[in-house]
Amino acid sequence: MNAPVVQLIDVRKTYRSGEMEVHAVRGVSLEIHRGEFVALMGSSGSGKSTLMNILGCLDRPSAGRYLLDGTDVSQLNRDQLADIRNGKLGFVFQSFNLLPRTSARENVELPLLYGARNLTGQELRAKADHVLSSVGLEGREDHHPSQLSGGQQQRVAIARALINEPEVLLADEPTGNLDSRTSIEIMGIFQELNDRGITVIMVTHEPDIASFAQRNVVMRDGLVRSDRPVTLRATAADELLKMVSVDQLAALES
Amino acid sequence: MRFGSTFKVAFRALRRNKLRSALTALGIIIGVGAVIAMVGIGNGAKAQVQAQIASLGQNVILVFSGSTTASGIRTGWGGAGTLKIEDAEAIRREVPGVIGVSEEVVSTSQVAAGNQNWFTRVLGESPDYLDIRQWPLAAGAPFTDQDVRSANKVCIIGKTTASEVFGNDDPVGQTLRIKNVPFIVTGVLTPKGLSAQGPDQDDVVIMPYTSAMKRVAGGTTLRNINVQVASAADLAPAQQQITSLLRQRHNIRGDRDDDFTVRNQQEIAEAATATADVMTGLLGAIAGVSLVVGGIGIMNIMLVSVTERTREIGTRMAVGAHGRDILTQFLIEAVSLSAVGGLLGIALGVSASKVLSAVKHWPSLISPMSILVAFLVSAAVGIFFGFYPARTAASLDPIDALRYE
Repeated sequence: MNAPVVQLIDVRKTYRSGEMEVHAVRGVSLEIHRGEFVALMGSSGSGKSTLMNILGCLDRPSAGRYLLDGTDVSQLNRDQLADIRNGKLGFVFQSFNLLPRTSARENVELPLLYGARNLTGQELRAKADHVLSSVGLEGREDHHPSQLSGGQQQRVAIARALINEPEVLLADEPTGNLDSRTSIEIMGIFQELNDRGITVIMVTHEPDIASFAQRNVVMRDGLVRSDRPVTLRATAADELLKMVSVDQLAALES
Repeated sequence: MRFGSTFKVAFRALRRNKLRSALTALGIIIGVGAVIAMVGIGNGAKAQVQAQIASLGQNVILVFSGSTTASGIRTGWGGAGTLKIEDAEAIRREVPGVIGVSEEVVSTSQVAAGNQNWFTRVLGESPDYLDIRQWPLAAGAPFTDQDVRSANKVCIIGKTTASEVFGNDDPVGQTLRIKNVPFIVTGVLTPKGLSAQGPDQDDVVIMPYTSAMKRVAGGTTLRNINVQVASAADLAPAQQQITSLLRQRHNIRGDRDDDFTVRNQQEIAEAATATADVMTGLLGAIAGVSLVVGGIGIMNIMLVSVTERTREIGTRMAVGAHGRDILTQFLIEAVSLSAVGGLLGIALGVSASKVLSAVKHWPSLISPMSILVAFLVSAAVGIFFGFYPARTAASLDPIDALRYE
């Protein structure tokens, strides 16, 4: 009765570089249900990025089927994929990918501009400001990315990913460019969103970041190597508390 | 469907790079401005030439005396003195369709009145001259056939001569001394302005040709004969008849060259307008080159922009932009730059030609048509030079674009 929101059936991806055929993904079957928080792990060359591109509808599998929310998206054309990305998916990148010299608000409005609905400037503004305040950026709507810290920039990117109320939030190394405290804060936002029912799929190679998820999928050589639930799940609130006590200890020692 | 938001996206992108946008548009501003100003000046010159040729009179045939060579020095038309008063009378008498003939003698002389003197052109003409040239008097009366017959010491003067010699006084009835001969000024001509060749046509004294021959220029021959025919259709036959009449009178037989030259108004007008056309074309072409350079500037900046904004394009595609959205965005950016540049360029061109005509006294004529064409061309330049970068941007692969460093 609870149909998976993401269903990969023997998905393969082969690149051709000159004479060589590179099998980046060699037959992955995976089901992710609504409300899950999955960390996709693996070393570089394991195929996790390729799989992420397919999950994000940025790329099509060479073989196999990909059902997103019940519809087969493996054979859609460029424009149809773009519409899926706009409506059903939200992207968070390692390097934030915000438009430079553009206010946080206008960055967040971006997906709305490519959406099916034509909104007035006022509606755009109201929606963007609402989502920005939900990620804790109230009062910074008019700041440009260069005026924001890395953590704040990533929050803007999360707000942008959320503005079209996606089925799935895809995050590609979202903490790769952040210090550990900010990383935990961002994980806190992800956990909060996940508690509200949003499916989160996150690529990471850091085990302690992966421990914030409910389920870890490890890839190697284009195949799923292990797929198991997180037993000792970290929560952002606890981790922040621990950091505080470590800081205090260090302060006491000196 | 989402054309409106694409506009919004494009304008936001342009606003993000204000200086670059302004500099890119500057290329088009200068290009369009140059085309508008140059073509305006060219057309103005052409219109002025046409007006001046028309001011010579309508359906006019000019018969010039031949040139002569003395000690290797050639005198130019009129120098040979091959045209006689009798030739003019023969034309008046024998060529059908002729409605006016003016025997012309040209010299220059110092003229004086009271304590003022002035160097000016002295023309000897017949009373028909003012009708042929369509040159009415502003005050006084013309000289008459009787004055011509008696070589009376009377003259009419141009506006410039009048003000230089007589100042604010009314010259009519006053005495003008030319080579110490007192002439009575009977009339003042209306101003006619500069001629096609440059000289001030109003800087002139006109008197009966007989008086000019006898008292100013000396000699008994005419420099040229101005002939007016009734209609344009009479021009060609009249020209032919004058040629054969004069050849007969001058005893020129067989294939020997004429010792005179016959030209009509249309030929002179055509030559002059052709020159003006060539000038307009050249000016426009040179200005057009700068417009093309401006267009290449747009293409250059848009290509740089596409490379520089590859990540941005990837992000846009990741959040749902179609290739077509990216294409339209970059095209709108290019066309906005060129169209705004075009509008500003039109303003610049119009004011530049106004300033040039005010400061340098170059006439300029800017037609609404040339403004419309300039605007459409600048928009087309935007589309033409913006399309390639826009297509490059639209065909990027979202994955590559997102990873681009």
